[in-house]
Amino acid sequence: MLQDILMLAALFILRIVVPLLLVIGVGYTLARRLTGVKLDFSPTFVMGVGGVLALWALAVITVVMRLTGGLGQVTNLNDQFPLGLWIGFDVMAGAMLGGGAFVLAGMVYVFGLERYRPILRSTILTAFLGYSLLIVALIIDIGRPYNIWRPLMYQNIHSVLFEVAMCVMTYTMVLALEFSPALFERLRWRRAWKITHALTLPLVILGILLSTMHQSSLGSLWLIAPGKLNDLWYTPWLPVFFWISAIGVGLGMVAVESNLSSRGFKRGLEQGLLASLAKFNAYWLGFYAVAKFADLAWRGKLWMLAEPTLQAALWWIEVGLGAALPALLLLSPKVRQSKNALFAVGGLVVACGILNRLNVSVFGLWSYTGPIYIPSLMEIAVTAALFTFGAALFALLAKLLPVFPAEHAELTTG
Amino acid sequence: MSGIQTGTSSATAVSRRQFLKLSAATVGAAALTGAGVHPVRAASHVDRDAAAAMLIDISRCVGCGNCQRSCIEANGLHPTDAQLNGLSAQTFTFLERHDLPDGRTRWVKRQCMHCLDAACVSACPVSAMYQTEEGPVDYRPGRCLGCRYCMVSCPFGVPRFEWRNGLTPEIRKCMFCIERQRAGEEPACATNCPSGALKFGKRGDLLREAHSRIAADPDHYVDHVFGEHEAGGTAMLYISDTPFELLGFRTDVTTRPIPAYTWDIMSKLPAVVGSMAVVLTGASIITRRRGGRSGGHHDEPPWLTVDEPAQTDHPATDEKGA
Repeated sequence: MLQDILMLAALFILRIVVPLLLVIGVGYTLARRLTGVKLDFSPTFVMGVGGVLALWALAVITVVMRLTGGLGQVTNLNDQFPLGLWIGFDVMAGAMLGGGAFVLAGMVYVFGLERYRPILRSTILTAFLGYSLLIVALIIDIGRPYNIWRPLMYQNIHSVLFEVAMCVMTYTMVLALEFSPALFERLRWRRAWKITHALTLPLVILGILLSTMHQSSLGSLWLIAPGKLNDLWYTPWLPVFFWISAIGVGLGMVAVESNLSSRGFKRGLEQGLLASLAKFNAYWLGFYAVAKFADLAWRGKLWMLAEPTLQAALWWIEVGLGAALPALLLLSPKVRQSKNALFAVGGLVVACGILNRLNVSVFGLWSYTGPIYIPSLMEIAVTAALFTFGAALFALLAKLLPVFPAEHAELTTG
Repeated sequence: MSGIQTGTSSATAVSRRQFLKLSAATVGAAALTGAGVHPVRAASHVDRDAAAAMLIDISRCVGCGNCQRSCIEANGLHPTDAQLNGLSAQTFTFLERHDLPDGRTRWVKRQCMHCLDAACVSACPVSAMYQTEEGPVDYRPGRCLGCRYCMVSCPFGVPRFEWRNGLTPEIRKCMFCIERQRAGEEPACATNCPSGALKFGKRGDLLREAHSRIAADPDHYVDHVFGEHEAGGTAMLYISDTPFELLGFRTDVTTRPIPAYTWDIMSKLPAVVGSMAVVLTGASIITRRRGGRSGGHHDEPPWLTVDEPAQTDHPATDEKGA
């Protein structure tokens, strides 16, 4: 018995701890060579990195267990509640948070609002990483991951999910191509840069069309469940609301992401640009809130908001705190000029936007199924790991590639 | 100002012509796809009268459980505890016991309803769930992604998933013994029902029989055939002497074919996206014509357009790299 434990410990150290340390060490040395960043190894830093690495380890263990023992072993999903956090958060909210990219790209390339260019690349990078990790989450979530490409082969045009799959697949490639000039700029590949640069405008237009299709269709997905999804959300206008909120929340995410990068990389903030985006977003979110009320009134379901149900409370939080309040706040120039206020309001919009997607995919179904599904710790770990992994990748790529305009200038001077 | 305009007039004429051509093509394509797809609808091409169907008379069921046992045998299912609780990955048909307030007991056979316009069939992105010519909804595990959207879509909550299978989980449900049907046999449950509660046949005939049974004994039967209109019509038709809502039936289910709910939206997309494409193309052409900025130095990579030449990396060496 003791021998077994010792053997296991030795194996654990040899097979897991040593390779992990090696990978981290080599990775750190390489990163330091490439980027010139030195880590300070302060207690907070070590704790933070240690926590994140532990989270990633837990996520890897979860994925291994999912692949060997099935989804039932790691998730709380069941036959009455087949889709959960990984679809509601990673896929639906993930796509929504990338919504800023098609809006900003359209503003810059289609409508010629050149002044937004400085924040465009980081937004496209955010969206690209978001969509890539969305696909990773999908691969973990679906039962037969090796069949994920099958929609290419067997097209059921009546399936909303088929359309979403095709659009997400294509749009991720479009985002990669939209971002690729940054890579070629770093590598100084002139011809590749020129080709991708020339393709940018058609790609941007294609990206807007694809985004419109799948952002709305992520809402249409739930229209197949009449009588199951709570009437507060079940409306033929759900796809339109998804599209509107993808733009509003996507722009909120632009504010959050710019603020975080400005803090993280100790660089300046394009406050003027964010403020003018926020002004637009004030009207946009205000319109969204009014439309949400109007939709309930049109269907004669306003009375549901006065009911003491969990769903009504969540609706109020989602629309009141996530759309109406930010719209009112962003109308004030004082709020728009303050860096911290803009960050806070952006965070509120993003959080409530995520809540909206979870309301549709989880909480709104509870009124039919009962609260039989609450995500398991391992599901949350995978979601959190993907989220932090995305943030880490963003930080790494922002260091390596000319994502922000300031580094742009440094690079060109050699 | 005017000089610039005349200078670019030929270019704009071309771009305007291209723009018109492009927009016409897009609108045409949108109209074509819209027109070509719409009449097909999500509706299946199943003949509603000739479709394979089953009449389930709840008042005749004695609760012997032969249907459930024969189903397990016919489909080679593994006995599990879950078979005592309801439908499962190893239970395609389940005899549900209902003890009524007045002391009577009724048994309701649960299985896939085999909707004529099945929600799962329209939901499946790869048509792994598909409607056979004869009507029953069959499943092809080979192309299944395991996305479980069919489970979300099913108005009756029928499909089950193999939650404990790591890499080859399947969606599991009653296939109406489609192989037996093709061999000229009845489904296992109908063959083995001793009380006459199950009757297999063509949907049109069974519907007429259901109504004539109700008409012959209106005091006994509830005047409703569950499945005649529910979810746009199902192959499983229930008649009962007890109100359906007391027997756990989803009586509030819509009578509209469920696939229509999403197809309503899907079918509008080509027109929306087509017109958006036209607007965006037009806007970008106008922007390009008006601004002209993007046509300038932006067409050269930024590291070649700085005022002072780069010291370390010479452009000439980079061109070779490309």
